[in-house]
Amino acid sequence: MPFLNALVRFLGAVVLTYLGLLAVTFFIGRVVPIDPVLAIVGDRAPEHVIARVREELGLNLPLWKQFLIYLGKVLQGDFGTSVLSSNPVMQDIRRVFPATLELATLGTIIGAGIGIPLGVWAAVRRGGVADQMVRVMALIGYSVPIFWLGLMALVVFYARLGWVGGPGRIDVVYEYTLTPWSGIMLLDTALAGEWEAFGNAFSHLILPASLLGYFSMAYISRMTRSFMLNELAQEYVVTARAKGLSEARIIWRHALRNAAVPLVTVVALSYAGLLEGSVLTETVFAWPGLGLYITNSLQNADMNAVLGGTIVVGSVFIGLNLLSDLLYRTLDPRTRTR
Amino acid sequence: MSQSVLTRRAGSLATAAAIAALIAGAGAALAATPKDTLVVAWAIDDIITMDPAESFEISAGEIMGNSYDRLVRFDVNDPSKLSGDLAKSWKVSDDGKTYTFELKPGLKFASGNPITAEDVAFSLQRAVQIDKSPAFILTQFGFSKDNVKDKIKATGDLTLTIEVNQPYAPSFVLNCLTANVAAVVDKKLVMSKEQNGDLGYAWLKTNYAGSGPLKVREWRANEILALERNDNYHGEKSKLARVIYRHVKEASTQRLLLEKGDADVARNLTPQDLDALASNKDIKTTATPKGTVYYISLNQKNPNLAKPEVREAFKYLLDYSGISGTLIKNIGIEHQNFLPVGLLGASTEKPYKLDVNKAKELLAKAGLPNGFKVTFDVRTTQPVQGIAENFQQTAKRAGIDIEILPGDGRQTLTKYRARQHDLYIGQWGADYWDPHTNADTFARNPDNSDDAKSKPLAWRNAWDIPELTKKADAAVLERDADKRKALYEDMQADFRKTSPFVMIYQMNEVAAYRANVGGLKLGPTSDSTYMFTVTKQ
Repeated sequence: MPFLNALVRFLGAVVLTYLGLLAVTFFIGRVVPIDPVLAIVGDRAPEHVIARVREELGLNLPLWKQFLIYLGKVLQGDFGTSVLSSNPVMQDIRRVFPATLELATLGTIIGAGIGIPLGVWAAVRRGGVADQMVRVMALIGYSVPIFWLGLMALVVFYARLGWVGGPGRIDVVYEYTLTPWSGIMLLDTALAGEWEAFGNAFSHLILPASLLGYFSMAYISRMTRSFMLNELAQEYVVTARAKGLSEARIIWRHALRNAAVPLVTVVALSYAGLLEGSVLTETVFAWPGLGLYITNSLQNADMNAVLGGTIVVGSVFIGLNLLSDLLYRTLDPRTRTR
Repeated sequence: MSQSVLTRRAGSLATAAAIAALIAGAGAALAATPKDTLVVAWAIDDIITMDPAESFEISAGEIMGNSYDRLVRFDVNDPSKLSGDLAKSWKVSDDGKTYTFELKPGLKFASGNPITAEDVAFSLQRAVQIDKSPAFILTQFGFSKDNVKDKIKATGDLTLTIEVNQPYAPSFVLNCLTANVAAVVDKKLVMSKEQNGDLGYAWLKTNYAGSGPLKVREWRANEILALERNDNYHGEKSKLARVIYRHVKEASTQRLLLEKGDADVARNLTPQDLDALASNKDIKTTATPKGTVYYISLNQKNPNLAKPEVREAFKYLLDYSGISGTLIKNIGIEHQNFLPVGLLGASTEKPYKLDVNKAKELLAKAGLPNGFKVTFDVRTTQPVQGIAENFQQTAKRAGIDIEILPGDGRQTLTKYRARQHDLYIGQWGADYWDPHTNADTFARNPDNSDDAKSKPLAWRNAWDIPELTKKADAAVLERDADKRKALYEDMQADFRKTSPFVMIYQMNEVAAYRANVGGLKLGPTSDSTYMFTVTKQ
């Protein structure tokens, strides 16, 4: 039963990944030189309050015991309460993750939608305009701080030109007119049939998404270019040309088809990277997403929240890995025969 | 052939992008907030609870001040004057230990429940019983879990007595009752949400049970906090239907929102932002000195820093006027005393200025003519980082070699609280509006041992001061206001000369707002910035 074997091996790997992830995050969280009690009681609390909270949190116990207790609770589906928001961690994450998901998804669509054709073009016309563009864009993408670029984009497109909505997910006017269902603004507004709010949410989303899209485009187009160059130098391309196939067919149907296999990994990784939440983008655009949530929690040693966030990020990676594995199987017939 | 295909494809891509931009442009209505709604851009990530018995953070303080009533409030224009909030009148017994309050009749909570003396007694008892960070503001009067029900009780529908353990200065007791921890919660509502005898603690963390002019509609941590007009409020109703605080951490983003009109008020602008906005006709600013003072402190566990001459020398090594004109321009006022201006007895004496030669003389007297090396824990936020770097430069001129150890706020604070620093730069905001709050931390250290019960700032810097401690204790019992004031003045004079604290400045809170907003005034404490008096045209 090779399939069952593979499944067991996969599940084993998933469990180990989670355990490792949790253990490392947990112990890092406990050795950072920040007193987690401070985040809860503040700087002014009398000593007896501090001592009581320390005990309530179980911080007096040995580290391994704390970890086992935490693990036991997680297995029962209890990820604890965030000390900063006073909410169960998973409730918080259900609120912040859709914001990041929406941003990352649109960012990746923009990044891959423009990056792949651009990369192909650059590979086909080496040294041409597109090739130079890809190079310059990648250079800017790597060297300009996203924070600065975000602010500049806001100044130009929001403040000066007024083309897009500003920081935040939606205008205050709409804030209390719709009930969030999925937490994904575009979906919620569309389902409610509130097209004006939909347009408003889109105008808030497009700038940060384009910014993230730009950075993933810079990466994806470069990778596409190099994969394509590799493929175009293959013998089957020469054969195809000799057969008299049209150049377009050779590029899009033959070479890109083969380059698609590694590209899937590149796009998936870039998507996963965006799903972790981009702290700086979220800061500039006042976007209440996962990146800000985890960072803010970490700075306050709010470890339940950090661990909960880590599990979500871990799940995203595992899920996308699985997805790209499945895509491999459809894209590359050789993997199916094994 | 291939070229034309690709060019066409690229061409259509570019067109698609242009169309997308146009659509987005059409969607973005020109920014304006609704007329009945005030939108405030502010860093509100410090809020961890909505329960007044636990809330102790700056932005939470403002929310509590707007949404909860208390027995007494101080006058925002003259904080030394008190007026009744829920209380109609009060009197102090001859022995100075029993306070009797008479409530205004016919008042209601936002829920519609009537406000009775029992609600007030319950709220104060609850704060003592739950015993969270701000509870000491009440327990310092001798209340404990065991005795609070006898000491604070309703003696009628509208009368209430509070019995304190010593004949304190009445101003001290009443000032403490203006604090958020003494806010009045709706007993009936809170107790209906009680779980396992928690006095509604779990529920109130994210909910609301008050009677203030504005009520809390929703709090989404790190995102938004919405207040709404409370139509049951007993006083003049809020002019605004809604006040929405949006969490915006980044000052530049706040500024953009304000300039564009997507926010009506911006609260965390930098001196540079404020300078840039000064020429904008649509934007105004308002400022108020706050009860927060900034200081550099010298850990007395370090033998060099413990020398009296070294302590004094450091006070001559700060470039007070240079810092005032640049790093804290608009946001701070040079101040060299532990009591911020506005509190009873606060001094405005400024004996120190940058004087490297004087500092060198003092160092030589201390037996350290060639200076010494010392570390400096600094959190990486402005303006403290800039001030620390500035101090590093000026101290170098006297031969003192400062190594700055940058860190995150909680990280440096953890180290400071464990007395493991050499130099530390910090701030202290008044916990309640009475001079004792700062005297208690800067000039009082009843036990300097490592496992002391109370760990005020004097303790954190291992500054052992039995004499000053006695003076501070005497001052809270002085019932004559003028004499009490004189006691604080005397303590400040002593402190200026001998303390291991280089006092730098008093915070000046600035808010920038759009010109169509009226009546915005920042209060001297966080809980006295009232949004319910604001109007919008």
